[in-house]
Amino acid sequence: MKLTQTPSQTVGPYFSYALTSEQYGYDFRSLFGPVLAEPQVAGEHIRLTGRVIYGDGVPVPDAMLEICQANADGRFVASRAEGLASGFRGFGRCGTGTHPARHYWFDTVKPGAAAPGEAPCIDVIVTMRGMLLHAFTRVYFDDEREANARDPVLAALPAERRATLIATREAQPGGVAYRFDIRMQGSKETVFLDL
Amino acid sequence: MPAKPSVAPRDWASQPPYVYPGYKSTVKRGPTRPLLPLKSALVQRNAPVYGHEDIGPLDHDLTRNAARNGAPLGERIVVTGRVLDEDGRPAAHTLVEIWQANAAGRYVHKADQHNAPLDPNFLGAGRCLTDREGRYRFLTIKPGAYPWQNHPNGWRPNHIHFSLFGQHFASRLVTQMYFSGDPLLALDPIYLSAPERGRGRLLSRLNLDVVGEAGFALGFEFDIVLRGPHETPAEA
Repeated sequence: MKLTQTPSQTVGPYFSYALTSEQYGYDFRSLFGPVLAEPQVAGEHIRLTGRVIYGDGVPVPDAMLEICQANADGRFVASRAEGLASGFRGFGRCGTGTHPARHYWFDTVKPGAAAPGEAPCIDVIVTMRGMLLHAFTRVYFDDEREANARDPVLAALPAERRATLIATREAQPGGVAYRFDIRMQGSKETVFLDL
Repeated sequence: MPAKPSVAPRDWASQPPYVYPGYKSTVKRGPTRPLLPLKSALVQRNAPVYGHEDIGPLDHDLTRNAARNGAPLGERIVVTGRVLDEDGRPAAHTLVEIWQANAAGRYVHKADQHNAPLDPNFLGAGRCLTDREGRYRFLTIKPGAYPWQNHPNGWRPNHIHFSLFGQHFASRLVTQMYFSGDPLLALDPIYLSAPERGRGRLLSRLNLDVVGEAGFALGFEFDIVLRGPHETPAEA
């Protein structure tokens, strides 16, 4: 006899003093933040950034994103001690409410492929007021054309939808950024995963 | 090859839909297209890593973790329960994060403009790890109801927000705990968005025995069931 899953409920508009407290300037220590990789971590250091856009084309000011990724060698962090020793957390959390243009951002390294035949990617959880349960999506990289062409998740998608999962590389004054907007609805609605 | 433990799928008979018109903001924010199914082999991501060292000594006690010059106003309550999977197995050493309004129904969040007083001795955020049996425990103040703009004179029932990871990236759960018997529940589209089959899971129940000290606080029990486990057949 299986127990019934606890239903999800919305994160609501007021999560930030608990879940993203340091980013929003509240006096409560954060366990997770927008920095996944300290400077000494091996690999190409990148910023992943973008907006969450809802039905009317307006950026969402109160969304929360969480990301999970492998390091540059394609390995996931196995323990807290390993994360502390290497400076790579493998997991980040950022709200869209502190940037003037409602951007989220993560400072990290570009991940390696987690398994043969898969393209490098970052897994994303997106949630906000107005979502009763979070959505899963995934970031791929536009300069990984060959790996993307072989990736089984991207291959399952028609070309025009595939593009919604691919971040665009931009050289910025501070370094390399990948731009990835998440569109909740509309003709360019981001692909969300049944995960 | 033996089957690998993975996480069971979302049970759509107990989970709310993305778009639920009674909760108006979902109409423009919820995804509308079918979700892309993934083979389980592609989704075996773990939850983030953390440990007991990450949790401060007062993180679980919301009556003290932001106290400046006294105790927060309101009814003291103990909120405790177990975090389980669908087979009833405990989720040990798993992170539970909570946040809530104060006794007057006001959140510390700068965007909350409800005209009710802040409490200088109450933040409303806490966290802890479950023990080996999956049990967590918080001491806090019973949150007040507050108005919201979803519909005319709408009021949210008393609730505490919960955030959990479990063992997998996919077992992530963000939910809300309510209080059995609250008359506002029947009017609340967020609570009602959960299908009837799962709705009872959102209700805590009074249990004075969980407090341990007579005359100190009311006790409420709230068990949480995360997705999983799921035995996936080896792929050919």
